[in-house]
Amino acid sequence: MKNGFKDKLSERVFLALALSSISAIALITVFIVIQGAPIIGKVGLRDFIFGMTWAPSQGKFGIFPMIIGSLSVTLGAVVLGVPVGICGAVFLAEFAPAAVRNLFRPAIQLLAGIPSVVYGFWGLIFIVPFIRDNLGGPGLSILAGSIVLAIMILPTIITISEVQILALPRQYKEGALALGMTHWQAIYSVQLPAAKSGIVAAVVLGIGRAMGETMAVIMVLGNAPGIPTSILDPVRTLTTNIGIEMGYAAGDHRQALFATGIVLFVIIMILNITAQFITRKK
Amino acid sequence: MKFIAILLLAVLLCSCGPGTRSAVVVAGSTSVQPYAEVLAEEYAKRYPGRDVDIQGGGSSAGIRAAQSGTADIGMSSRGLSGDELQMWSAEIARDGLAMIVHPNNALDSLTPEEVRAVYTGRVTNWGELGGPEGRIHVITREEGSGTRGAFEDMLMEGQMITLKAIVQNTNGSVRQLVSNDASSIGFISLGLVDDTVKALQLDGVEATGENVTNGSYMLFRPFIFVSEGEPDGSVMQFIEFTMSPEGQAILAGEGLVSSGEVARR
Repeated sequence: MKNGFKDKLSERVFLALALSSISAIALITVFIVIQGAPIIGKVGLRDFIFGMTWAPSQGKFGIFPMIIGSLSVTLGAVVLGVPVGICGAVFLAEFAPAAVRNLFRPAIQLLAGIPSVVYGFWGLIFIVPFIRDNLGGPGLSILAGSIVLAIMILPTIITISEVQILALPRQYKEGALALGMTHWQAIYSVQLPAAKSGIVAAVVLGIGRAMGETMAVIMVLGNAPGIPTSILDPVRTLTTNIGIEMGYAAGDHRQALFATGIVLFVIIMILNITAQFITRKK
Repeated sequence: MKFIAILLLAVLLCSCGPGTRSAVVVAGSTSVQPYAEVLAEEYAKRYPGRDVDIQGGGSSAGIRAAQSGTADIGMSSRGLSGDELQMWSAEIARDGLAMIVHPNNALDSLTPEEVRAVYTGRVTNWGELGGPEGRIHVITREEGSGTRGAFEDMLMEGQMITLKAIVQNTNGSVRQLVSNDASSIGFISLGLVDDTVKALQLDGVEATGENVTNGSYMLFRPFIFVSEGEPDGSVMQFIEFTMSPEGQAILAGEGLVSSGEVARR
């Protein structure tokens, strides 16, 4: 009797806790939409998304430069980070001796645990001056943001890709080797293609991480709301638009920041759904 | 159950007491707000029981609140105009703005027109200003910042700051960037200028506290307390504290410059 009651109670408690986490998502979504939708209605969805000028004090709310900013910085991070990440995963899954693997895995997990503000600060102190002195421009740039983000998405890509490669049936590799392939040929022509969907999902999740990152990129991007003409130009992303201006924003300006959040929310949702779709398809 | 009852009782007890006594309400400019908060804190420390409640809202909202009586004192970080001039007012201090460049920058002085040309993006090379060739890295504050608002009001004459300008959201990060980048220019509160950066002269006038007080350096904004009619009682006591040498020393310690008006009193 007593145990039955305990069971019921714990079931209820767990249900309540699970519901509270879901309701938090629902609340945030509703709140962002309620706060941000009016300004989109006022400016017009097209002018909001494709408007070239962001000048809230003059009533101009175009976030196209920020969309370009988010895309360019994320693309840069993918170009720099994905090859390194996949190679790292292959190394850990296939080549690394146990001792090395036991050192690398926790190190990569540690990389994921470093607060983003630390990445930003490091980028500001090392990457930005390096770019300024060697490549020109103000240093605060798409390139600086891409480098910092590339490092930040490495743990996501390496960890998920490695798990995908390790999860492949042993027969794949053994069969390939039995057919006379070298180890590298087996990886390149059998294992990587077999793990493709998982690796693509890892990359999509990495992209989501890069898109959503705020603090680190505020510090190294320069946050200029103009269309960049080179990777050495400062740029503003959707996230930094909110992060940098939320302090004093009021009225329409505040709503426009929430509306920026809606756009970001939609992009991240699409990315996550894509990742889930890819992993489920296999 | 018992625990909840005790908790409720405790909350009820806390919500009565000193909080319900009427405090002097000061509302307005978010630029003045942090300074007013420091003043109010020191004031409460020195005169226990005299509470001052500081709220934001912006200069215009603060002045309206004072007119309507919602606030006892309105805070403004811009000059008064129109029917606002009929109100009782006191300039409590001035906030100077300094144009800063890297200490190694060859230039010492710019005209307001030159600064405007740089910030609108018409001039992009130090060579055009008489310095060595090199791209100018323009640094500004974020939209909505009081410092940016002051800069726009005093110098930009309604023109837009170039979208290519780097945006930082604190005085400190602007100073940090300028101190590291030999090609950059930025603006920060005068009180925050240190020897890691060089404050430019404006039309040959040095950016110093004295030049702000005597009005020869043009880049400053007044911090004003306004009230509907002559303030009295506890409201006047707080204003008197603000204008006293003690209050002025607190403001100077926070980086503000005394206004000529105080000196004349």
